Amino acid sequence: MNKKKRFEWYGIIRVAASILISLIIAAIIIFAVAEDPLTALNKFLLGPFSTKRNFFNVIETMIPLVFCGLAINVMHKSGLFSMVADSSFYFAGVMAATIAIACPMPNIVHQIVILAAAMAVGGVIGIIPVLIKKRTGANELVISLMMNYIFFNLGYWLIRKFFLDTSNGSFSIGFQPTASLGKMLKGTNTHFGLIIMIVVVILMWILMDKSKFGRELQITGSNENFARYAGIKIGRVVLGSQLIGGMLAGLGGGVEMIGMYKKFQWITAQTYVWDGILINLLAGTRPLMIPVSAFFISYIRIGALVMSRGGDVDSEIVSIIQGIMIMLIASERFLYRLKKNKEEKEALQNQAMEMEAEA
Amino acid sequence: MSFLTNLDFWFTVLRCTTPVLFATMAALIASRSGMLNLGLEGAMTIAALCGVLGSGFTGSLLVGALSGLLAGTVFTMLLAYFVQHLKANKVVSGVALNLAASGGSVFCLYSITGDKNASNSLASSAFPAFDIPVLQNIPGLGDILSGHNCLTYVAFIVTILIFIVLNKTSFGIHIRAVGESEEAARSVGINVEKVRYQAMFISGLLASCGGMYLSMGYVNRFTSGMVAGRGYIALATNAMAAGNALMGMVSSILYGFGSGISIYLQNNNVDPYLITIIPYASIIVFYVLFSFYYKVKRKTEDSL
Repeated sequence: MNKKKRFEWYGIIRVAASILISLIIAAIIIFAVAEDPLTALNKFLLGPFSTKRNFFNVIETMIPLVFCGLAINVMHKSGLFSMVADSSFYFAGVMAATIAIACPMPNIVHQIVILAAAMAVGGVIGIIPVLIKKRTGANELVISLMMNYIFFNLGYWLIRKFFLDTSNGSFSIGFQPTASLGKMLKGTNTHFGLIIMIVVVILMWILMDKSKFGRELQITGSNENFARYAGIKIGRVVLGSQLIGGMLAGLGGGVEMIGMYKKFQWITAQTYVWDGILINLLAGTRPLMIPVSAFFISYIRIGALVMSRGGDVDSEIVSIIQGIMIMLIASERFLYRLKKNKEEKEALQNQAMEMEAEA
Repeated sequence: MSFLTNLDFWFTVLRCTTPVLFATMAALIASRSGMLNLGLEGAMTIAALCGVLGSGFTGSLLVGALSGLLAGTVFTMLLAYFVQHLKANKVVSGVALNLAASGGSVFCLYSITGDKNASNSLASSAFPAFDIPVLQNIPGLGDILSGHNCLTYVAFIVTILIFIVLNKTSFGIHIRAVGESEEAARSVGINVEKVRYQAMFISGLLASCGGMYLSMGYVNRFTSGMVAGRGYIALATNAMAAGNALMGMVSSILYGFGSGISIYLQNNNVDPYLITIIPYASIIVFYVLFSFYYKVKRKTEDSL
């Protein structure tokens, strides 16, 4: 028990140090680029709190990040490194928009049908790489990255082909009024997708931390041979994890589409899944911590946006910060000395105590 | 299907093959040494940007080329350092570097030129194209093979060189030994880390050439997202090559073929979003077929 707790402390220190180092590097870049670095830095760090609107922007941006973080969590726990959740997210958004435009339905039913369809599409896309891998041995990461380009172009082509608003030229025509999740708070864009998100987080916590499937997935991902000897049906567990991950990303795409938009506006590829990798790492791959790390990532994103408005520092600085954070957390040897020193010290202490006891 | 007999089409195929051929060789030399260079996409992006910036500000192609090479190689060595010294997960750290490069290139472009999308305000230089003497006079063949950018020739020459180095030189044997079995290589006194750094260094140089071809040859400016997954495609073409550089050339040309078709259709007014799919879809199909072939081959070999 004691040992486990100490190990967690080590993890927390590592994450904190990674965040600190990347923010320091960001500050150095801001000082190098901005004409008025102190104002820029102030906007970056405190911008999200400056207005009510900015703060709720953090909450709104957090919702797709949580869905994608959970998707990456379950998909990568299987030991497969698939990025296909991007395809699931985007194409589920296309599916949601299609139903939202073309199929008039009564309120409530419409939203449920849209989200169910989005989940189904996301799940089906999610299992493609693992099925190909099983048959041919082709690498799931390469397949999934190619798929992301295909599904973005295919999805946007479909929207342009069938629902293009010719007066605008790049967005779709408007959704039916019933195809909306509704605003929770007046004066903000925060929608009822937040409630769905909270429910999904709790469900995923139960599935990953409390259920047989979660345990089997954990064992399969960390040691496949052991899992095989333990009688776990590996193929089924891995396939299940990809299906669930795809469904989560798909649901995220559907929620984002009808929560935030009144027409299809995704004219560039959505890349929340890349943030999902960092969110999952920051959360120490624990589902309950994913909303916390998603909030943090959302916070620095909005902070960077506030800073870039009218300033001279571009908001893309966030990708540099995120890249550095991932690199440091993913490095086994980063702050390894800290852990090693402590372990050596304790080993010596134990030895001394044993010798005393003998004497 | 009339385009198949069109000489311009085959010329375009070789043009499209060039960046992926460089990247495939970069992936190949890294993977033969037992490393996975997932940072290709990022290295190409950074090199493409720095080549344009270097030549744009100094007006010298040489300075541009050197800064591109330097940036792409340093980037790749950074990945090698994290993987080898800090024991970072190969896949996660590669993905992280690519993320930083795709955003970082836009950030640098905006900070330096004030434009987020393209480096149009910079008068950057390009690598020259030239004709091959004698060959250019042969009808048909000359139209396809001659008149390319000099980097296209470099790419094909490099491929043959890598084939020779890997198969005929002691350095190549060291790389392969390290890649096949780390312990065995160590036991005969090969410095595994050093060989891997050397392989990653070459990999970085090649990826930089591929990136610079895009911004200083294929077109004459840097645009954000211009590498467009070619670094990832190279991982597929490299897997198709199964460690053989000449097979890498074949698989890169297969990509160039798909890419050539999409450019041909673009000129025939097919929807741009639909035809962008073609090179990615064709490479998935080829990759899956090749993987299936290798899997069956392995199985039959095992059963003998």
